[in-house]
Amino acid sequence: MMIPLSKIAHTRSGDKGDTSNIGVIVYDQKDYPLLVKELTSERVKAFFGDMVKGKVERFELPNLGALNFVLHEALGGGGTVSLRIDPQGKTLGAALLKMQIKANDHMGYNI
Amino acid sequence: MLRIANGQGFWGDWLEAPVRLIEQGPIDYLTLDYLAEVTMSILQKQRQADPNLGYARDFPPLIGRIARQMLERNIRVIANAGGVNPIACAEAVRKAAPGIKVAIVLGDDVLPRIDEFLAKGYEMRNLDTCAPLASIRDRILSANAYTGAFPLAEALATGAHVILAGRAADPALTLAPMIREFGWRETDWNKLAAGTVAGHIIECGTQATGGNCQVDWQSIPDLANIGYPIVEAESDGTFVVTKHPGTGGRVHSDIIKQQLLYELGDPKNFIAPDCTADFTTIHLDDIGPDRVRVSGIHGRERPANLKLSISYANGWKSIGTLIFSWPQAIEKAKVADQIVRTRLKALGLEFDEVHTEFFGANACHGSLATTVDPPEVQLRIGVRSFNRKAVDRFTRELIPLVLSGPPGATGYGDGRPPVREIVSYWPALVPRGEIQSSIEVLG
Repeated sequence: MMIPLSKIAHTRSGDKGDTSNIGVIVYDQKDYPLLVKELTSERVKAFFGDMVKGKVERFELPNLGALNFVLHEALGGGGTVSLRIDPQGKTLGAALLKMQIKANDHMGYNI
Repeated sequence: MLRIANGQGFWGDWLEAPVRLIEQGPIDYLTLDYLAEVTMSILQKQRQADPNLGYARDFPPLIGRIARQMLERNIRVIANAGGVNPIACAEAVRKAAPGIKVAIVLGDDVLPRIDEFLAKGYEMRNLDTCAPLASIRDRILSANAYTGAFPLAEALATGAHVILAGRAADPALTLAPMIREFGWRETDWNKLAAGTVAGHIIECGTQATGGNCQVDWQSIPDLANIGYPIVEAESDGTFVVTKHPGTGGRVHSDIIKQQLLYELGDPKNFIAPDCTADFTTIHLDDIGPDRVRVSGIHGRERPANLKLSISYANGWKSIGTLIFSWPQAIEKAKVADQIVRTRLKALGLEFDEVHTEFFGANACHGSLATTVDPPEVQLRIGVRSFNRKAVDRFTRELIPLVLSGPPGATGYGDGRPPVREIVSYWPALVPRGEIQSSIEVLG
């Protein structure tokens, strides 16, 4: 069964220069293994497509039920250089919530 | 127990917040974080225009408003409002509040030392792009080191009411009073890491108390009167994050997790001037309404280098907009975009980048946005170039489309868009021994 990431997690995103980071946090600690399994850096990189020019790194914070994604060359130059309306990637975290992940059928998510 | 509050998450944050923090309950220290990466660039431009500026101008009148209560209740303020001109800022504070003693932490400004550093063989490569600083040497406008909490703690020892710094690292503002009051030493890595994490949690103001929060956001009460964050710190390095009773917003572990992840890189190596904190050791407990206890934090040795915030001139840019209405709003905006691009090309103008967004359709989420036929869309074209004339000419190319482009264009009331100079950010490293802080006291 495919579910959107928003069913199990919330996010906050920000910037450092042309690098954006997205913190992804599960609502319920029992979903953390699913998050670690499904939300790989390769999939996140593929999800953002041409919006993220550089590599995507992933870091695990099991103590917070969270993954941290660091997206390089993701903000059109970042800061004062970027011509984007969101040069600091404030809304990239919300965009990621749409990503579809594969949940176990017995987990009982309502879509 | 020490109560340390943060009343400003950036320059431009709510003017009433610091006043309310003082009026609505007990605090011992009020920290105010005015600086973001881009802020130093902005302040540098202001100092270029007027040598008496270059600091957070909201700060002196604020101290004027709260000076009486600060003195009566012994509340001390620690702020990086000094920007690229802390002495001018301190003088303005003294004018606004003559009874207030100000200690200025100096030594972060290394602009006069750039050539000395280069001669010593410090390449100061851009931490993002790895390019050597020499490639932009003639375009540098400002250079400041992110300084730590120990010079701020030393400034507190002077008894000053306001501790004013330039580019002090954001979390150092919160860590400094802990060092001062608890007697923490330069090698107490776990405690310094705990204070750094406390600073990271509150440095963005209400992002720790329910602002900009996805979690159940409709249920977060009374955002109009949102309470700013307060850390109740203990000498063992544990602390509670809370806010004044009766204020709006919410403090909950889900929200603290969001803020811990904000602007984070490698969580095991959160590098601050005073220590390296390990975010994978942080333990959170919801111990009561609007109270989250934070404990278990491990730290390691401080870095051998300090980070520099360098700003430099990086060309010109302008962003112009035009609105197209239903029906086929996006299609019309796309045609208009092509007309502008064709005309710019025919003029032979060179740009480093021409970037188009369709606000209302895909501006925030790019190709991830799902498009329908919206009631209206704003065409938003931005250009960037080292040739100011090219950018200037671009600003004249949108409005003609009101009569000569696709039907239904409006939203041109503000006329031509302004041309802005780009002042960019260059993060780099120097050996920490090169940065010596000193303290000057006014009053």
